[in-house]
Amino acid sequence: MPETLLEVRNLHVQFDTYDGVAEVINGVDFKLNRGETAALVGETGCGKSVTVKSIMGLLPGADITAGEIIYKGQDLLELSDAERHARRGQEISMIMQDPMTSLNPVLTVGEQMTDVLKWQGERRLSITDWIQDKVSRKSDADYRERAIEMLADVEISAPERVFSSYPVELSGGMRQRVLIAIALLSEPNFLIADEPGTALDVTTEAKVLDLLDELVEDRNTSVLYITHDLGVAREVSEFINVMYAGEIVEQAPTAELFDNPEHPYTRGLLESIPTLSSGIGGGIEGHLPDYTDPPAACRFADRCPYAEPKCSEVVPYPRKTSDDHTVSCHLFDGENAYDRHQALVRENVNIGSPPWQGGSEDETEPDVVADGGNSK
Amino acid sequence: MNMATEKSNTRLPSTEDTAQQERFKQIKRTFQSFLQNTLSVVGLLMILTLVFAATFAPFIAPYPDDAGAGVHFDRASQPPSLEHPMGTDTTGRDIFSRVLFGARLSLMMGVIVLSIAISIGVTLGLIAGYIGGKTNSIIMRITDIFLAIPPTLLAMAVVAATGASLFNVMVAIAFSWWSWYARLTQGEVLSIKEEEFIESSQALGSNWLRTTFKEVLPNVLSPITVKATLDMGFVILVGAGLSFLGLGAQPPTPTWGAMIAQGRNYVTTFWWIAVFPGLAISFAVLGFNFIGDGLRDAFDVEVN
Repeated sequence: MPETLLEVRNLHVQFDTYDGVAEVINGVDFKLNRGETAALVGETGCGKSVTVKSIMGLLPGADITAGEIIYKGQDLLELSDAERHARRGQEISMIMQDPMTSLNPVLTVGEQMTDVLKWQGERRLSITDWIQDKVSRKSDADYRERAIEMLADVEISAPERVFSSYPVELSGGMRQRVLIAIALLSEPNFLIADEPGTALDVTTEAKVLDLLDELVEDRNTSVLYITHDLGVAREVSEFINVMYAGEIVEQAPTAELFDNPEHPYTRGLLESIPTLSSGIGGGIEGHLPDYTDPPAACRFADRCPYAEPKCSEVVPYPRKTSDDHTVSCHLFDGENAYDRHQALVRENVNIGSPPWQGGSEDETEPDVVADGGNSK
Repeated sequence: MNMATEKSNTRLPSTEDTAQQERFKQIKRTFQSFLQNTLSVVGLLMILTLVFAATFAPFIAPYPDDAGAGVHFDRASQPPSLEHPMGTDTTGRDIFSRVLFGARLSLMMGVIVLSIAISIGVTLGLIAGYIGGKTNSIIMRITDIFLAIPPTLLAMAVVAATGASLFNVMVAIAFSWWSWYARLTQGEVLSIKEEEFIESSQALGSNWLRTTFKEVLPNVLSPITVKATLDMGFVILVGAGLSFLGLGAQPPTPTWGAMIAQGRNYVTTFWWIAVFPGLAISFAVLGFNFIGDGLRDAFDVEVN
């Protein structure tokens, strides 16, 4: 049994807005094992970033009304600010989404990297050691050496030059590498990667993701990827949590999820991936619900092609359809749940392969929405 | 970011270029763009002259002893001549020498007043802007109260209460001046703190103090620098105004304002006594304004 590193249980996050209380996160549960890479997938605005920021403790103005975030057996939400602060960067680190805006424009890359080492190093020093260190300037040289080493590790060809460059002097791909280097500098046990590479072009993104994959494997770091791209999630993660409107709707190992997508939302996402053979997919009709006035039961009911009257009356609690596959949907419920499940499985959609891998493996072009309507 | 636009035009250096060389080129480029503005060069030369004069006043001044309370009735109230380039005052002191020594006091006052005002104002502005909420409201309302009172008036009130001396004048002007920096900094911080690199630094374990002073402060320095340069002239002006009113350094200290005050009764007869210190004030204020304007264009920032 692998050791659980992080477990989020029944997380509820609210924001007070002028239009009323927005229930942005409504009971999120997921787990991450030590050394595992998992992905949190969902469309923009579904609460992925709010979830990870609750884990980091970087959510000013939000109200965490219920839930537990258990990291290494300890509930992070019960810790004091200082204790949480001590974990940020060293235990839990984060790669920000946009390499163009996540580096301070007026400080050199080197200053930003050594700063991280400094403020984490100084925390452990006693006052006499600290003064000695300031006088000898020994650690300044050490920090520089470590930062340059780290830059070389992220495959930057001229680490010395990048070390003394300002962010504006670097390309997007380089900056993303620098962000990765900074996040890994303090060797965290747990890394949150918030849509790494999304701001880059597809080829660079692929390279950066490959690199990140290698680096975390070498260091045995657990990673939670945040992405809206199932293709990316498939490449980088072992387990996928699909999120919709502040709820986890489906959880399964990557291969299982792609072979056997169950929740209508997951299926919609899979269809939305453009492939060379079928062009841009149909996508999912409609928009995310208003968080200040969400649907009473299933939050996806309004957009769901399989919606039944029950869906807007009864909350679809998560149910297991196999050992490691969980789905929150009424379709997998009741007497004929098995038949419906089989019907959905038969329509197995072609999601193609990620754009950088060239053509799709399968030339068939299934039309799930139309078939799904019949199978109801 | 002004610096960003400046640099993004430049070619990425080849790997053989060391970063130091590249940085040096960048500084040179910024300096060149500053030099393209004729007025700012003129301003720079004016202020360099002034600094030179102030620094070497005892050596340049033809009659260094006249900085004090010298009395030479034998050469009182003489018009400008080769011997006394700006003439002499009613007690026979050489006005040129006194103007040179006055430059020392004026520059010193500008630097000290602005150092105090900027330290207080920028710190309060950073804290108010970064922390926000109630702290912000309290600090900014106090700032607003100070902004509502004209600096000269407030400084006069403070000096009247604490007694006239050069030190009190400097404290009084700084006391009425910090609010401008608090307001300017707070506004800048409000926009900077929403930037992603601030959140990024928090995610990497920086506490609020480090984030404010290491990450936010360097980003708000350019408007502060520009405003400080422009303000140097105004501070000198206010200081001169206060010493004209007799609230500054006491005679015989050669401040420009006091010299004008002394000469104002004789403007019709011995015009040079008041006019030359007045020209010195104009010279200094104009110089700093030219530099400030040039810097503002070079940094491309909004002040106020």
